[in-house]
Amino acid sequence: MDNLDQHLDQLAISAIADFALANEPAKLEDAKAVYLGKEGSLTVLLKGLGKLPPDERKVAGAAINVAKERIESALVTRRDELKNARLEAQLATESLDITLPGRGMPCGSLHPVTKSLLRIEQLFRSIGFDVADGPEIETDWHNFTALNTPENHPARSMHDTFYLKGEDGKVQDDVLLRTHTSPVQIRTMLAHVERYKHLDTLPELRVICPGRVYRVDSDATHSPMFHQVEGLWIGENVSFADLKGVVADFLRRFFESDDMTVRFRPSFFPFTEPSAEIDVAFTSGSLQGRWLEIAGCGMVHPNVLRFGGFDPEKYTGFAFGMGPDRLAMLRYSIPDLRLFFEGDLRFLAQFN
Amino acid sequence: MQFSESWLRSLCNPPLNTEALCHVLTMAGLEVEDVKTVAPEFSGVFVAQVLTVEKHPDADKLNLCTVDAGQGELLHIVCGAPNVAAGLKVPCAVVGARLPGMDIKQAKVRGIESFGMLCSSRELGIADDHGGLLVLPEDAVVGENIRSCLDLDDHLITIKLTPNRADCLSLLGIARELSALTGAPLMPPEVMPVAAVHDTQRTIILDAPAACPRYCGRIVRGVNAQAATPEWIKQRIERSGIRSISAVVDITNYVMLELGQPLHAFDDAKLSGGIHVRYPQPDERLLLLNGVEIEPAPDMLLIADEKRALALAGIMGGEPSSVTAVSTDIFLESAFFAPEAIAGKARTLGFSSDASHRYERGVDFDLPRLAIERATALILACGGGQVGSITEAVSPEHLPRRAPVKLRPARATKVLGIDVMPERAAALLRGLGLRVAQEGDHLVVTPPSFRFDIEIEEDLIEEIARLHGYDNIPSIPPVARVAMMPATEFSRGPMQIRQAIAQRDYHETVTYSFVDSAWEADFSNTTATAQPIVLANPIASNMSVMRSTLIGGLVDTLVTNRKRQTERVRVFELGRCFFRTSNKNNSAPVTGFDQPLRLAGLAAGFAAPDQWGVPPRRVDFYDIKADVEALFSPHELSFEPLIHSAFHPGRSARVMLNNQPVGVLGELHPRWVEKYSLGQAPMVFELELAALLMTPPTEYAEVSRLPAVIRDLALVVPQTQPSSAVRNALLAAAPALVRDIMLFDVYQGKGLSENQKSLAFHIVMQDTQRTLEDAEIEDVVAKLLVVAQNDFGASLR
Repeated sequence: MDNLDQHLDQLAISAIADFALANEPAKLEDAKAVYLGKEGSLTVLLKGLGKLPPDERKVAGAAINVAKERIESALVTRRDELKNARLEAQLATESLDITLPGRGMPCGSLHPVTKSLLRIEQLFRSIGFDVADGPEIETDWHNFTALNTPENHPARSMHDTFYLKGEDGKVQDDVLLRTHTSPVQIRTMLAHVERYKHLDTLPELRVICPGRVYRVDSDATHSPMFHQVEGLWIGENVSFADLKGVVADFLRRFFESDDMTVRFRPSFFPFTEPSAEIDVAFTSGSLQGRWLEIAGCGMVHPNVLRFGGFDPEKYTGFAFGMGPDRLAMLRYSIPDLRLFFEGDLRFLAQFN
Repeated sequence: MQFSESWLRSLCNPPLNTEALCHVLTMAGLEVEDVKTVAPEFSGVFVAQVLTVEKHPDADKLNLCTVDAGQGELLHIVCGAPNVAAGLKVPCAVVGARLPGMDIKQAKVRGIESFGMLCSSRELGIADDHGGLLVLPEDAVVGENIRSCLDLDDHLITIKLTPNRADCLSLLGIARELSALTGAPLMPPEVMPVAAVHDTQRTIILDAPAACPRYCGRIVRGVNAQAATPEWIKQRIERSGIRSISAVVDITNYVMLELGQPLHAFDDAKLSGGIHVRYPQPDERLLLLNGVEIEPAPDMLLIADEKRALALAGIMGGEPSSVTAVSTDIFLESAFFAPEAIAGKARTLGFSSDASHRYERGVDFDLPRLAIERATALILACGGGQVGSITEAVSPEHLPRRAPVKLRPARATKVLGIDVMPERAAALLRGLGLRVAQEGDHLVVTPPSFRFDIEIEEDLIEEIARLHGYDNIPSIPPVARVAMMPATEFSRGPMQIRQAIAQRDYHETVTYSFVDSAWEADFSNTTATAQPIVLANPIASNMSVMRSTLIGGLVDTLVTNRKRQTERVRVFELGRCFFRTSNKNNSAPVTGFDQPLRLAGLAAGFAAPDQWGVPPRRVDFYDIKADVEALFSPHELSFEPLIHSAFHPGRSARVMLNNQPVGVLGELHPRWVEKYSLGQAPMVFELELAALLMTPPTEYAEVSRLPAVIRDLALVVPQTQPSSAVRNALLAAAPALVRDIMLFDVYQGKGLSENQKSLAFHIVMQDTQRTLEDAEIEDVVAKLLVVAQNDFGASLR
């Protein structure tokens, strides 16, 4: 028996050595045949078991099987090694120039003013403001009368307001290109009152109205068409302190900066009272220390509340109007308003 | 409004430096727009008297002067100014003086020592006058520093007044405000009535008492019209930006600036009879002081005498009756005209005046008499004369009312968000010259005649906020009830559309809503009867009509970028288009107009950016069709042939959604490619935003676990046969087990005749419940082939 054990041990050692020498799968399979094939050494030994007496057969069989398992395990290991080596070799030939640019279509871009409007919308939506829209050819009533702007107000003159010619060729005095987004206030108020007319107390109205507006003005800092965002909050207990809180908070969030001072300066608009201009000054950066006029605001004038269907004794509210063009210029350090309307792709593509 | 800081300080002088004073004004709503020094920094310049003048021996244009500059000894100075003369008082920069851009040293001028320099106003940086030395008044004190002599440390302050604050269109008004804000005392000018020495008067008839309820007139005889304006008056009006003309005119301007009351002086010799304040008579004409002859409109108020119109009331005097250098007797006018009567009139005539600016906004109606006394006193002090008594015509019932206004401190507290105590509110309002009485828990406030902006409680709340200081109102995050806002899944916002199209490599542009009328004709496809909407007052002829399509702006953007060497251009715009509608649609926000929002895109140049590994290919119809389909996804669109003036007739389509037209797309018409020099035709689409915003409700469809079977069917059809019709017919005929029919190849060429093409479809079949049998599969394919043969004369390829 010792002879058999020794023989088996030598067979295993020799098989493992042969496997190691086989450097490609075919050679490995050839080497395998020498030991485990039909005529292989171990196969022959197994076949010879039948000739042994029963008591020896059992012991010899067990020994041969142990050796066979040892050789098979070495074979599997060697097969994996060869497979891995082959994969490695293949991978080595397949490497790409990973620095070549990706293929296909790039992305376009949103206009810088749109990007600013998007942020403005997000920020105001986060405190429960809705977004409303209104017509750009607007009635004189919505644009002026309902906003407490009397007949003789200079804003109504042809100097500031674009008017239309009727089909008869004469100037139409009942419609115009809206000079601000404030008429959307009136439309929104009237719709709100109508919608909740069955209630004793109207729910709060919180809305911003972004859009294009038009004035007869064109130079380096004025465009005959520009953007505005109107904001309106009406409720039973809305105060000037709330206005200051909301607008100052907005400006800090918009510019993502606490490095700024916001001031409210008394001013005059026919549709708000008290009214204020909002100036900001950055405490760092290229515009440091300069007061920049950024928005107009105030408490909604009682006449405007009445035109909008609200009882000014019960409800108060604030409104503000700001220029997203100006905000975008400050946010992205854009020096000239005209760039917004020229459509130069080298400018536009910077905002993707 | 521009004024001199030192003039303001003569009326109210708070212990604040210039910067702090300006800040106080700004934060009270009188926004300081600009502060300028009167003169640049300089030193060492004194009032000097020229004692002797001799010619320089070696230079014709130079003089040798002996000068007393109060320096203890006389100075010898070489001077080249043409106006130098013995006896003159002029500014002298002594050795060591520092002038703007030059230091004064002892120097030899053509061989002769000079100990200083006599100065022009230009050399001191205070004016651009080339005329020679700045000649100082005779009473200037020799040796006095020129800066104090001419008040050169003064500042010019410009404030931007809001239209409600007419009361601050005068130095006194600003001083009153400053006094209320700082507590520094107000020191108004003392105005003593001037006793009359004759009683020649002109009767005054108020023919239009609502427009002019008060008019004061006075004749001053024997005025010296050629008297020089006192230097201090001249300096103050000039520092307010008003040119000095003559003593009488300067004084009327001075009083207007000081008190806010516009005055007018007529040459009394040119008047006949009484003065009427009336509206024009037919065909009346008037030559104004600015040289313009007008035919006053029926609503323009006039000052007239018995014979003719003299002046445009509250706006401008007339030329024929104006004071001239030879006038001796003058008739002074000081009146109140109602703002409504003056507003807008000057603008209609195309100009503005200091008087109309003030009357339009509101002049103190109790001021005319005081102002005429002030002007008279100044005229007497300057040129002498004999003063007549004042004629005052007044129609009390037409004077503005100053109704008491109730202020509830609780209301002010609610509006402002700060505690407003009645005592404090009363004190603040009294500081502004308002009469305040307390009645129960509220105040009753009567505004003075100079305030035209206090009619309701909010007006008072604003005054309290202003005086309390906006800075002192806290900035607090509001407290509100929160309720969720509705958010429907079946629509999206314009922002999402913008992001979706930008994801497909389009860049957003914003172009003007008013366009060249040629663009409308070229791109809008409106019929000849539908004229574009025309602006009454465009700023330029190429921005004169409202657009009814966004295509023009995009083509223009392409042109701009081509000029700047960008070849591949992909842009979009989301904006309104404008149409007139005859249908009186009550749901339209503005009757008579449709103003739909649209999304339009333009792609030109290569389909993909120039890059390795992608063969260059020009963008074509099917590229933008894919963009349009992606935007509408998951909606399924259909496309119909389109005849549209903007597009190539064979390469454009109408976009249909649920059988409704929702837009157009295609290749730009070759005519416009040539006209706008575009080189290659761009692809363009324009879609209705409303249709893009709708998204269909999602419905679950069962997912099969069983294998799908795919059979291909290549059909030879006439070349002109639209593929979608074939596919639609196959789909319509297919039994339920056909899950999809997909066109995967279109072939023309070898093996087919010239007027044929092959359409190859995958027929995808699958059942959710069972595996399909070969026989039924073959049956379906055979059936579809028959349909194709019958409907389209197709044959199998």
